[in-house]
Amino acid sequence: MKEEIGILEGRQHQVFEKKSGEEQQFDIACDKTSLSGSVSQRACVFCGSRVVLYPVADAIHIVHGPIGCAAYTWDIRGAVSSGPELHRLSFSTDLQEMDVIYGGEKKLYRSLIELIDQYKPNAAFIYSTCIIGLIGDDIDAVCRKVAQEKGIPVMPVHSEGFKGTKKDGYKAACSALMKLIGTGSTEGISKCSINILGEFNLAGEAWIIREYYEKMGIEVVATMTGDGRIDAIRRSHGVSLNVVQCSGSMTSLAKEMEEKYGIPYIRVSYFGFEDMSKSLYDVAALFPERPEIMEKAREIVRDEIRKYYPEMQKFKGALSGKKAAIYVGGAFKTFSLIKALRTIGMSVVLAGSQTGNKDDYLRLKEMCDEGTVIVDDSNPVELSKFVLEKEADLLIGGVKERPIAFKLGVGFCDHNHERKIPLAGFVGMYNFAKEVYESVMSPVWQFAPRKGGLA
Amino acid sequence: MKTATINGKAASTAKTATQNACKLCNPLGACLAFRGIEKCVPFLHGSQGCATYIRRYLISHYKEPIDIASSNFNEETAVFGGSHNLQLGLKNVTRQYKPEVIGIATTCLSETIGDDVPMILKEYKAVMGNDAPLPVMIFASTPSYSGTHIDGFHAAVRSAVATLAEGTPKKNLVNIFPGMISPADIRYLKEILNAFGVPFVLLPDYSQTLDGGPWAEYHRIPPGGTPTHAIANTGGASASIEFGSTLEARKSAAGYLEEKFGVPRRSLPLPIGIKASDRFFAELERLTEKPMPEIHEDERRRLVDAYADGHKYVFGKRAILYGEEDLVISMAAFLHEIGVLPVLCASGGKSGLMKKRLLELIPDLEERGINVRENVDFVDIEHEADELRPDLLIGNSKGFTMSKKHELPLIRIGFPIHDRFGGQRLHHLGYRGTQELFDRIVNTLIEGRQNSSSIGYTYM
Repeated sequence: MKEEIGILEGRQHQVFEKKSGEEQQFDIACDKTSLSGSVSQRACVFCGSRVVLYPVADAIHIVHGPIGCAAYTWDIRGAVSSGPELHRLSFSTDLQEMDVIYGGEKKLYRSLIELIDQYKPNAAFIYSTCIIGLIGDDIDAVCRKVAQEKGIPVMPVHSEGFKGTKKDGYKAACSALMKLIGTGSTEGISKCSINILGEFNLAGEAWIIREYYEKMGIEVVATMTGDGRIDAIRRSHGVSLNVVQCSGSMTSLAKEMEEKYGIPYIRVSYFGFEDMSKSLYDVAALFPERPEIMEKAREIVRDEIRKYYPEMQKFKGALSGKKAAIYVGGAFKTFSLIKALRTIGMSVVLAGSQTGNKDDYLRLKEMCDEGTVIVDDSNPVELSKFVLEKEADLLIGGVKERPIAFKLGVGFCDHNHERKIPLAGFVGMYNFAKEVYESVMSPVWQFAPRKGGLA
Repeated sequence: MKTATINGKAASTAKTATQNACKLCNPLGACLAFRGIEKCVPFLHGSQGCATYIRRYLISHYKEPIDIASSNFNEETAVFGGSHNLQLGLKNVTRQYKPEVIGIATTCLSETIGDDVPMILKEYKAVMGNDAPLPVMIFASTPSYSGTHIDGFHAAVRSAVATLAEGTPKKNLVNIFPGMISPADIRYLKEILNAFGVPFVLLPDYSQTLDGGPWAEYHRIPPGGTPTHAIANTGGASASIEFGSTLEARKSAAGYLEEKFGVPRRSLPLPIGIKASDRFFAELERLTEKPMPEIHEDERRRLVDAYADGHKYVFGKRAILYGEEDLVISMAAFLHEIGVLPVLCASGGKSGLMKKRLLELIPDLEERGINVRENVDFVDIEHEADELRPDLLIGNSKGFTMSKKHELPLIRIGFPIHDRFGGQRLHHLGYRGTQELFDRIVNTLIEGRQNSSSIGYTYM
């Protein structure tokens, strides 16, 4: 049946359509490496590590390998810093043929020493790329040596591209962070304190979230890794709670911190009024001895929603009944987006992610309306097929999904690392609705073939 | 440690690592070139990330869907070799995209483990060939640890010709291998050749695949590109015109055709500026035995007139040029002919030929104080900018960081242009492209003068 609509044999179990009527068996396959030749939208292990650690702004990030991996990730994210901006520089050992033959350790060592002398960072992250393991470089040894000589933490990140999926890259990044955590003093940290995990300060989003929590009277020790600082990370084990967003990348870190330091964690999302409010209430509820925190949370929610409600009604009026397709990196984000889209009257006809797991997809299925297609690790052919078949008016995704939407005459909202407008927080929901409104309601679509224009 | 010296002063920056690279990796160029062959899907033999990063990088410039398949290495592949994954990938791409051509390029990973791709392809053809006609497979070796994206580009074009060209009897046909230019430049070249009325094959032609119209349905492979039968004909052409000052015959498509089929290779610098464009048009006049079509004479006349109208704004201005070597060389010659001094000609490439070729175009280069630097990154360039006091930066959009920091205007040319709209529609070549470049340079300088004056002149 599915062969008809062009789904590759090796991918048929990664596509699921919610049907009406009898109880459906839900056996979506996921957590697999991408099928060779399928044109996956995923990147690699290195990408996973790079996106998680990228926003640490007072460290240098050195990509050990040939030039490509560093060149393609130079200043790639919209993660902003309130101070140093070392993260926006691109450093590569730029291995050449002779280095591949004789090994790149010496070049790495020299690169590190020179760059540390030049930029005086508070730490260095060394990412190993595909060929590093193959040519036998012992980057751990080089890192130890340089750390000793220079007196700063120098962390190897084992992110060889082919050794798993993006998720394994998240893990490698988290273990590098784990090595830093616990090495700083926790003196003076309040009992009502949190770390914000999995928030990367795209377009200043971490600042928005941090402000809400601080208004509630909670101390924020570290944001990981948005606007990240090495010293804050080192003392982040002194908090009483970890608040984890983007659960795909940072839950493992929260779990490790729970095991090692006994810090509990909760999972939250800052997208949409509903989830944003919940993330404030959930945190406040964990400090019952300080009822004023909950009171303040209620006040923030009330004030913020009152501020944006009238405008939101305008957007909702225009967008009611429109249909959206979602394809993003992490499944957790799709949950919030479905709710956020409902707030503005839109339904979801396609929902998918690059890295969701079985539980994520089960929850997604429960949230979705009948007829919604759920996809794991999809590709342009599938996405465009469903966008057209389901007559979506909007696609939410990243850079690689954008031209699919525009070619087909469909609106688009960038919900990926490169966005320049904050979409988190209450103001973020307003920005999101505005962006969706501006793209879906644009008069330019009248010329699209889909709407009767000439192809 | 490399020691960068400028005006006798040693640089104090870290030199072992590459910082803010002024180059991209080899496979990117191959993917771009493969996009210019009709019904072709580019396929990278390596990790999933290579294909995805390169797609993202190209999409941000061209604003078009760019599907690149990957053999998606895992740990087993790296240990036991990529044959299984490559063959499975080819099967899946064939099924999903129904291509006529698959353009396969390697990565640092598959090269380092020593995969013999031609052997694997032979095996694949032997196993699969009986069922149905297979797509044509064009293979380019593009290890990311040698060369830059421009080497991958030329390797893919040469391989396309080596795979498909046939030694047919000589025809009235001209091959044109323009190198890595914009879709708008490609369309303009085709217009010129059509105006001369000469049959031609232009390879690669991504003028439509990377700058096309809206779609009623999703095209697995966008329409456009040089057809395989046209590439087959290149072996019987009367001549090949190839742009690229540093492109050597042994690495180029025209070089292959000359060696294999005796098709004369005419190597020219990218035709930017009047002199270089004249050379190109003269070559076409010679090959076609026809005079320059009136419409192009007209464009040339308007350009000469514009040079006169604008010369005072540009004279004596100092520019830093960076990017691919061939682009930098041709741009430098153009700046030289309008009275702008290209104080630094910089590239992340390292052909070893850049200065030599520049000396051919600007013999008094050294007396004029024109610095030529190969194998540099943006930190090197920035460092030299401190000493050279330029008025302008000219290159791709990755120079913006430097432009902002040094408060220097940046004129965006070439690839990538990630921070402005319409990079795919910029002209650089011929009289038309030169006109566009000249107008942009003049206007940038005028704008600077106007904005920095407190008077607020409305006539400039």
